[in-house]
Amino acid sequence: MSVHLKQDKPDTSNRLDDMKQGVIGAPLPRVEGMAKVTGTAPYAAEYLMENCAEGVLVTSTITRGEVTRIDKDSVLSMPGVIAVIDDERLITRPAQGTANEAPQQKPKSVSYWGQPIALVVAETFEDARDAAKHLKVEYREEAGAPLSPDAVEPEEQEGETVHQGDLAHAMAQAAHSVDVTFTTEGHSSAAMEPHAAIAQWDGERLTVHASLQMLNYNITELADAVGLDESKVRLISRFVGGGFGSKLGISEDVVSASLAAMQLCRPVRVVLSRQQVLQCIMRRSETTQRIRLAADENGRLTGFGHEALVSNLPGESFAEPVLQSSHFLYAGQNRELMLKLARIHRMTAGSVRAPGEAVGMPALEGAMDVLAHEIGIDPVELRLRNIPEDNPEEGLPFSSHKLAECLRQGAEAFGWDHGPRKPRHTREGEWWVGTGMASAARVHNVGEARARVTLKADGTALVETDMTDIGTGTYTILAQIAGEMLGLDPGKVLVDLGDTRHPRGSGSGGSWGAASVGSAVYVACTALREELARRAGIAEDELDLSNGRTQAGQTLSQLLDGQDMAREGHYEPGDIASDFTASGFGAFFAQVRVNRFTGETRVDRMLGAFGFGRVLNHKTARSQCIGGITWSIGAALTEALEFDPRDGHLVNCDLAEYHVPVNRDVPDLEVLMVEERDPAASPIQAKGIGELGMCGGAAAIGNAIFDASGARIFDYPMTPDRVLAAMPAD
Amino acid sequence: MRPFQYDRARTLTDAAQIMQGEDAMAIAGGTNLLDLMKLQVETPRELADINRVGLGEIADTDDGGLRIGALATNTATAVHPRVRADYPVLSRAILAGATQQLRNKATTGGNLCQRTRCFYFMNIDQPCNKREPGSGCGALDGIAKLHAVLGASGECIATYPGDMAVALSALDASVEINGSDGTERTVPVRDFHCLPGDTPWRDNVLEPGEIITAVTLPAPVGGTQLYRKVRERSSYAFALVSIAAIVEMEDGVFTRADLAFGGLAHKPWHDPRIAQALVGNAPSAELFDRAADILLEDAQGHGENDFKIPLARRTLHAVLEQASEDAA
Ligand SMILES: Cc1cc2nc3c(=O)[nH]c(=O)nc-3n(C[C@H](O)[C@H](O)[C@H](O)COP(=O)(O)OP(=O)(O)OC[C@H]3O[C@@H](n4cnc5c(N)ncnc54)[C@H](O)[C@@H]3O)c2cc1C
Ligand code: SF4
Repeated sequence: MSVHLKQDKPDTSNRLDDMKQGVIGAPLPRVEGMAKVTGTAPYAAEYLMENCAEGVLVTSTITRGEVTRIDKDSVLSMPGVIAVIDDERLITRPAQGTANEAPQQKPKSVSYWGQPIALVVAETFEDARDAAKHLKVEYREEAGAPLSPDAVEPEEQEGETVHQGDLAHAMAQAAHSVDVTFTTEGHSSAAMEPHAAIAQWDGERLTVHASLQMLNYNITELADAVGLDESKVRLISRFVGGGFGSKLGISEDVVSASLAAMQLCRPVRVVLSRQQVLQCIMRRSETTQRIRLAADENGRLTGFGHEALVSNLPGESFAEPVLQSSHFLYAGQNRELMLKLARIHRMTAGSVRAPGEAVGMPALEGAMDVLAHEIGIDPVELRLRNIPEDNPEEGLPFSSHKLAECLRQGAEAFGWDHGPRKPRHTREGEWWVGTGMASAARVHNVGEARARVTLKADGTALVETDMTDIGTGTYTILAQIAGEMLGLDPGKVLVDLGDTRHPRGSGSGGSWGAASVGSAVYVACTALREELARRAGIAEDELDLSNGRTQAGQTLSQLLDGQDMAREGHYEPGDIASDFTASGFGAFFAQVRVNRFTGETRVDRMLGAFGFGRVLNHKTARSQCIGGITWSIGAALTEALEFDPRDGHLVNCDLAEYHVPVNRDVPDLEVLMVEERDPAASPIQAKGIGELGMCGGAAAIGNAIFDASGARIFDYPMTPDRVLAAMPAD
Repeated sequence: MRPFQYDRARTLTDAAQIMQGEDAMAIAGGTNLLDLMKLQVETPRELADINRVGLGEIADTDDGGLRIGALATNTATAVHPRVRADYPVLSRAILAGATQQLRNKATTGGNLCQRTRCFYFMNIDQPCNKREPGSGCGALDGIAKLHAVLGASGECIATYPGDMAVALSALDASVEINGSDGTERTVPVRDFHCLPGDTPWRDNVLEPGEIITAVTLPAPVGGTQLYRKVRERSSYAFALVSIAAIVEMEDGVFTRADLAFGGLAHKPWHDPRIAQALVGNAPSAELFDRAADILLEDAQGHGENDFKIPLARRTLHAVLEQASEDAA
């Protein structure tokens, strides 16, 4: 039986708080943690499959043009080689998140260097890789493909444009104004587990073990790509070794393994090399962002401007949504916002770790620091003075808003030195030491989701959905939600995820999984409670369940009377999305040291204070925040994709040269969660958590670099060469 | 990866014999060679596994120095009591490199022979004179942030990426080499690596079939020994610039200043004129600048790596300031 809840109104009943089991919010360890650290949790490529052939992708060595000939004979006689697959249905790029259809196919048409054009299949991985390197390919190259965003006339993304009032006038009249341009470089998701798939074909049905974030969309994308009915396709992703956006849509490994399996009628495994993951999955676009801020003598914003230039391949709809939170974070009646997209022939740009705010917020919050310094006030105070009552563009109320609390409580916990910044106040040996702060904001997303909850006759429960757990704790929090609602220890709730045989979840992405699929579980459990209450002869809102018993002492097994009881919860966001502006808010505080000789920057300590609705598990939530802050450190100091200026290929395509932070770069991180219930965010009052931790953090570090050393830098990441170039003379 | 023949050598003679084969290469820790084989940058037909040849020993020499076997792991060398006591710059340089896991496998010989991290060298679909003579240098007009500002040529601007050899250069160590015909020779570390010139494929003076058997350190000289490595992240990154320094002072003036530089050239850079300029003089910003002027006299950037020139100067200041304070 399916029960549907479409949330059209705020829900202030906070039903979860009435429950008696007391496990919601508890810092339970991840249920699959032991399996993962002992190596018994199988990832996509690790399933043992009899007679499995191995495929390796061949990628283009031109930037734009046509493959005119693939000389299959050049490799077919090599040891172990079985076939060269150059099917027209091979995809040339991953699907964008929630695309729900196949991405660009026709691999003979090349639009970026490193694009997959064929798959070599052999008996062993080594044979396949060797043959892939030897496959002779002829091209007709189309010279002159634009490679840099400056090389083309960009397209305005009209939906993003805001002209409100007269910003130019406000700037001219302002007591204080700032007009600065920041840049950020491309980023890679850099998940540990490479993209990998094993496809099996039984002549009618396709089953694929893959590493994917959103099976509910991926199944449609895969079916569309290979030309099968969805009912003939099954996707399995039980464990995913990180996605960070790069596994939102189906990728080249999944489709090529599928087509090969269908052609050869045997299982085929395709695992991308690290270089391929970096070069032919997703990049976050580089950005150029002009920020204009006009303020009165008290630091109240009268004007706000944010214009950004991003890039993507021709044909891609995704434009890094840089302005997402800029629309509502700060007041300012006169507003000018614009997003432009340059069509260039670098690899696909798409969702990478908090698309939009991850790079938009560091620019905005860097500019706010410049303004605070201009005015000569405490940067925390400047933010506090500019928190708008309602969304300054649409006039919508906020669903909940904890920015002020995060700023105040964060400053207190960090020991923030209130007052204007006076750069170079502290030197310890070779190191300048200083502090900086920034606000955090990330729009809250939810999506439609289904989950089935079955109360078993033995008094345990089973939760089933095709939702994925990409390492965030989904298995655990779903057991907690069901346990709380049904009065069960979470250990008695088995959660079965990552299989398209189950009801369609929301998928994991945009930090929406917990609120979306958690709500579906909540809906299913509410329906189960209603039936249990009926059997117990009381009203649902009077039913107390804990440790498998009602308040009257009846056990669940007694109420079930030997029969399983199942309900499918179906949650849909509803009209509420257009009645409120919903966002997570927070504040970052950082202390850094900058070497006065070498310009090296090291983070001493960092604190993030966040308000993001109900916290379902304090341990997994904290881990999410720590991960986010760690990415902030990378964005601030080290992470940059570098593209060759002549053919647009990604040059630093491994983890030795694409520098994510290492343990030693990450000091003790402190996380402060400002508890709240957001009645409009979801029926369980939870919002997205994961991404908020990197939406602004880089600016706290950049601003601290200024406070420490006097170097004001407008280009992220702030590598030693950039710090030195901006550092005032001693 | 091209299929290859794998042979485990039991003795040096064994190894020498295998190394006579066409396209034969020695494999030690494999931390560099295996990566490059997977990328098809290195395509040996035959591998001589030298891990069991018995070259792992670290032993005192008759003149009070230390002989570090070619197969001693980087970890074993870095924690060796004599290295820590008498050659701390070596210990520090090794520990500044790679990660614990890599250092546990990496060996003395392999570390000396590690290849450049030039992006174009590592990508067989790009031109590279070092990998494929005559194909052109991809880095020259490409992304060259890691590349050389000293001693480069129009053919190749790659850097030698390692840390250990920079310390060995400051220490004036020697490399013991065994030929495939059994002959032995010794080459100063300072002469072991080559400049690219018009033979960019040549990283060092090893002839085909030759195997490094050990590195020998002269008797300890004491002094203040520092290794300073500038990098974007604090571990698991190659040096933008690094300096190994052995400094002594007496009566307020330098009496020893053996310096070597990493990240700047196709080899650990050592310029005897720098010591000459420093010795006999009292530390001062002007003196440090004079040393930097000598170092960077012929320095030339390639756009992206221009920053290395001022960075080398500033790092030299930092090192000499710290070393003179510590030594005083
Ligand atoms: C991600 C990463 C980061 C790193 N970071 C650093 C760093 O920061 N600093 C640093 O210094 N190094 C760094 N390294 C490099 C590392 O130090 C080298 O890979 C290692 O020292 C090589 O030693 P090996 O024994 O594994 O050599 P192998 O990989 O076995 O061999 C390397 C080369 O040396 C040759 N060779 C090996 N032994 C001999 C011998 N006895 N005689 C003749 N030829 C021989 C081989 O034929 C091969 O050409 C890093 C490596 C990686 C992968
Ligand atoms: S710098 Fe040297 S190693 Fe790099 S591409 Fe040029 S020739 Fe090859």
